[in-house]
Amino acid sequence: MNNIFVICESEEGKIADVSLELLTKGRSLANQLKCKLEALVIGYKLAGSVENQLYMFGADKVWVADDPRLEVYTTLPYTAITVKLFREEKPQIALLGASTFGRDLGPRVSSALKSGLTADCTSLEIGDHEDKREGKEYKNLLYQIRPAFGGNIVATIINPDHRPQMATVREGVMKKEIYSETHMGETILLDLKNYVVDSDFVIHVIERHMEQSKVNIKNASIIISGGYGVGSKENFQLLYQLAETIGAEVGASRAAVDAGYAGHDRQIGQTGVTVRPKLYIACGISGQIQHIAGMQDSALIISINNDPNAPINKIADYVITGDIEAILPRMIKYYKQNTK
Amino acid sequence: MKSLKIIVLAKQVPDTRNVGKDAMKADGTVNRAALAAIFNPEDLNALEQALRLKDRHPGTKITLLTMGPGRAAEVIREGFYRGADGGILLTDRAFAGADTLATSYAIACAIRKLKEYDVIIAGRQAIDGDTAQVGPQVAEKLSIPQVTYVEEIVGLNNGKITLKRRLERGIETVEAPLPCVLTVNSSAPDCRPRNAKAVMKYKHARTVTERQDNAEDYISLFNDRPYLDIPEWSVNDIDTDVSQLGLSGSPTKVKKIENIVFQAKETRRIAPDDAGINELMKELIDSHTLG
Repeated sequence: MNNIFVICESEEGKIADVSLELLTKGRSLANQLKCKLEALVIGYKLAGSVENQLYMFGADKVWVADDPRLEVYTTLPYTAITVKLFREEKPQIALLGASTFGRDLGPRVSSALKSGLTADCTSLEIGDHEDKREGKEYKNLLYQIRPAFGGNIVATIINPDHRPQMATVREGVMKKEIYSETHMGETILLDLKNYVVDSDFVIHVIERHMEQSKVNIKNASIIISGGYGVGSKENFQLLYQLAETIGAEVGASRAAVDAGYAGHDRQIGQTGVTVRPKLYIACGISGQIQHIAGMQDSALIISINNDPNAPINKIADYVITGDIEAILPRMIKYYKQNTK
Repeated sequence: MKSLKIIVLAKQVPDTRNVGKDAMKADGTVNRAALAAIFNPEDLNALEQALRLKDRHPGTKITLLTMGPGRAAEVIREGFYRGADGGILLTDRAFAGADTLATSYAIACAIRKLKEYDVIIAGRQAIDGDTAQVGPQVAEKLSIPQVTYVEEIVGLNNGKITLKRRLERGIETVEAPLPCVLTVNSSAPDCRPRNAKAVMKYKHARTVTERQDNAEDYISLFNDRPYLDIPEWSVNDIDTDVSQLGLSGSPTKVKKIENIVFQAKETRRIAPDDAGINELMKELIDSHTLG
């Protein structure tokens, strides 16, 4: 009772990275709170194949709902299972990925449980709270920390009186780490007829066209990223040229993606991907916290901007003030000259 | 299916996408008062989807529902200018301080009062919070299905609506029964511009509170053209459990707000000229960061 749950997401029989990242985070929170970590997996043909991986990432107990009708995610049956299980098990904390899956399921579940939900947390911590007006003290609450207001502020959200304390976290924000190769737990297969009814299956998925993204910025060791200040889709070509020369991947800020300079799959930041490359070259990026949240852990940051006071310069190791049209070709030229 | 009753959920938001220098205070934090109040961008995508349904199903009525302070009536006028048929402003101090759950509850109560609806369409998320929670939570409160991340309404037949959803790695086509809640992505088509005739027709549309300033000018105008009245609903106009509204109805509380002030790091300035860049590239290669 009152354990931590991670609602896991799977695609083609594999547990999603974001769920494993949350198990890693959930494990450390569970150790701190001295409670157990439990995983809920809903899908088809998962029973018998995913449990060991979930144990390795720290789960003490794995709940599996396995049925052909659950193979593809739809809102209502997944909600029904989660809500009923949570009513029975009363977790104190429930985490899920801030993916299209988690952002569809999470609010529906939290509304049914009237539990509250904090979206897109960038940090989760345990802490106390004193409500002076009510004269109440709370121990060991989940601090749900997230940027808000377009990323211009960072808010710490708490949920003092309702359970579970629910939060979503984007892929890449938490680190994924095997807890122990030998860690074992128990698995409980849910008896579906106690959890769903036929009327939960009113939405039909007619067709799915899923493809692996060709862009792989998450794992790139060098990223050249462009912002609104790059100015045009054509100027973005300069970033691709430099990327090809030095063996990097091209990323973009939300403003650049919104302006149509680059595709959604390249977006870095709170509403995109979080990256930690060894070198991050920011071109024409002013540095809203939105974006900073997604790249500040880069080992080395170079900012190229014609505004000498661009906010991103404060977190950069190297600042070059000037136009990218002049600077990027020079970088290509001198890289080639010095590696001959 | 002939004509439809559509409710579009819209929010007035500060334009957080354009935090220019004039909106930054000297200490590096944002001066929120300096940001323009705009129609939440994805709610405009939602309105466009409603208008497309209206194009295909003549006689369809679109009602815009918004919750906010008095000035949020601007959102309803903007909706009229682009083709909405009606609008309601849900406004009361009792709604203030609501998190997404209490917001959804208030909106769901207002929708229940409207009674008849086939489709409720909202933007996926609002740019001031980016939570994407209100749409699904309204659906849950009304006990009807939801389809999120909609990019296109493919068709509507025999009480079922077919939708394309844009997900991380591709597109999914789903069929959902009516009534349901849809949330629409920014990847859906932009909203059509204002219609000049509609602007002429509705430019004097006002809520009763807005009319109080120049009450006399409006009396005869509104007698002749009752459609100019934008209904304003307070907590007394809808059936609610007050404990689920506003701050007290919100399970989540803000413990702390920090303005973002970047921690300065030891930064080296590199000259943008040949010598500077040459030196930098050499250094990066020597340290095995590059190459």
